[in-house]
Amino acid sequence: MPEIIEEMTYREAIRQALREEMRRDEAVFLLGEDIAEFGGSYKVTLGLLEEFGPERVRNTPISEASIIGAAVGSAIMGMRPIAEIMYIDFTPLCMDQIINQAAKIRYMSGGQVKVPLVIRTQGGAGRSSAAHHAQSLEAWFVHIPGLKVIMPSTPYDAKGLLKAAIRDDNPVIFIEHKLLYPIKGPVPKEEYIIPLGKADIKRVGSDITIVATSRMVGRALLAADELGKEEISVEVIDPRTLAPLDKEVIVFSVKKTGRILIVHEACERGGIGAEITAEVIKEAFNYLDAPIERLGAANTPPPFAPELENFVIPDVDDIIKKVKRLIV
Amino acid sequence: MVKIDSEKLLEMYRKMLEIRYFEQAAVKLFQSGMLPGFLHSYLGEEAVAVGACSALQKSDYITSTHRGHGHVIAKGARLDKMMAELFARKTGYCKGKGGSMHIADFSIGIVGATGIVGSGIPIANGVALAARMKKTTQVVACFFGDGASNTGSFHEGVNLASVWNLPVIFICENNCYAESTPQREHQKIKNVSVRATAYDIPGVTVDGNDVITVFKAAQEAVNRARNGGGPTLIECKTYRWMGHYIGDPAYYRPKGEAEEWKKRCPIKRFKKRLIEEEILSEGGAKQVEEEVKVKVEKAIEFAKESPSPLPQEALEDIYA
Repeated sequence: MPEIIEEMTYREAIRQALREEMRRDEAVFLLGEDIAEFGGSYKVTLGLLEEFGPERVRNTPISEASIIGAAVGSAIMGMRPIAEIMYIDFTPLCMDQIINQAAKIRYMSGGQVKVPLVIRTQGGAGRSSAAHHAQSLEAWFVHIPGLKVIMPSTPYDAKGLLKAAIRDDNPVIFIEHKLLYPIKGPVPKEEYIIPLGKADIKRVGSDITIVATSRMVGRALLAADELGKEEISVEVIDPRTLAPLDKEVIVFSVKKTGRILIVHEACERGGIGAEITAEVIKEAFNYLDAPIERLGAANTPPPFAPELENFVIPDVDDIIKKVKRLIV
Repeated sequence: MVKIDSEKLLEMYRKMLEIRYFEQAAVKLFQSGMLPGFLHSYLGEEAVAVGACSALQKSDYITSTHRGHGHVIAKGARLDKMMAELFARKTGYCKGKGGSMHIADFSIGIVGATGIVGSGIPIANGVALAARMKKTTQVVACFFGDGASNTGSFHEGVNLASVWNLPVIFICENNCYAESTPQREHQKIKNVSVRATAYDIPGVTVDGNDVITVFKAAQEAVNRARNGGGPTLIECKTYRWMGHYIGDPAYYRPKGEAEEWKKRCPIKRFKKRLIEEEILSEGGAKQVEEEVKVKVEKAIEFAKESPSPLPQEALEDIYA
């Protein structure tokens, strides 16, 4: 079916999802800092102002709480806002609106209302952005009942998951990665949706399961290539959605391989790896041939100097070393 | 006064009494240990909610606060479903998941009351934005206190409403205290309304214990918002008769201050005026009082007879 597939970047795939959903449903609109003429800090929304106009592609003041408040208020009135928070590091400025309002209005009103809201943001290190522009804070949101959390690793997943998020009737935190924007991958020309809460097996293997998120999926696949040369067969799973988490696919894989390594770019302490570890212990304890290992960033703020940044963020060699420790 | 018809004035009086009697009953019930959680009394501030909400249509919206019973009653909430929520019953407005601070009734434009001071302000903008994008003429009245006027949400929210020209009426209930802190200790300005200048929107300060004055200011702001003239900041000077919450002895207030304010009781003042203008008779007043008392008693009965939620209902309504 190559004739219906085109290569596009992660950035273009996200933009295409936004464009398609805005064409499909007039209730969908965008708001955020510098998203109109400027096209957003990472140029994801470039060109959308021309097609949809300033009512539906709304530049805002630098007022994160006000952005999410306006999104929450319009969502409960039946609009489908997509709010952009330029960096995930800026979400602390609107945490009240996300955690106390968006995630809870439905519950606290006894189910009177839906909150169909998407918050697009991006995180991750690797560009010497230092600790105010490079964190991976997904675990904060995973902890909050009422929210859904997505971290796509490919153009295909980004487009299909964003379309699903926009059509979902709940607040969804959609976390992109700043270093994935220029990455290219195949995307079908015809419309498709990827349901939330479904993991994807990125590579089939039999000796060990690596669960990786966002940019770490690519690194896990590179590590798997290297390990394959040494006859170590690695299965790579991308949960894609962190809340709700597709435990079944992970547990099924661990029952097959008997080993699991969880890799994420967020600090190891309190990261999603801990949650996955607990689930695997509960559901597949008797199948484990080795301790469960986690590999996250060192428990430091993301540093500025490239040498420091590279040191704290997991790379392909770190993954290979961890796997070898588990396989021996 | 001549411009408002008698029927409306009497309805306003009745609403103020509903708030008064509901709140008096709630305080008693809370003190007797029958209501779980917190209770923040609206006693003394009735003219603000009723004055403002009387300027709204049924299809308009309000956002409310932790001290919100008055707002929602004034907007038309049912006393029985409110009381049931205070009693944490399944028949309450929020099925026992919100409580006193979070009464919502989306069917009559009460889009929620929040327990985080100031946080309703940005949400009110979103509600107003949706109305505008859907090309309706609905407006939003956003209630908050003098304490909230120092939050980042206030600045971010009023600024966005101004720059987007949103149909919001920001109603600051200046009841002299941010929890226990008197206004002079939490802001140097005397009138919160001066802050409107910073957003280039109209701002007025009115006597929040005079329901007609509040109504007129609100009506002007509502008309402006409905006709595309953007937001207004109305500061209503009033006083919280009770402590911050029931159980707060309010030692931080100077002796005699509450008594002075009680002399300016918004309901007594309004009643006197209605009687002087022969809109209400003493007999008529008695009748309204009786009717409202019965309504509150029935609400309490309804709440007491209602079932509690089943424990496992805690797991419902998290996701749509």
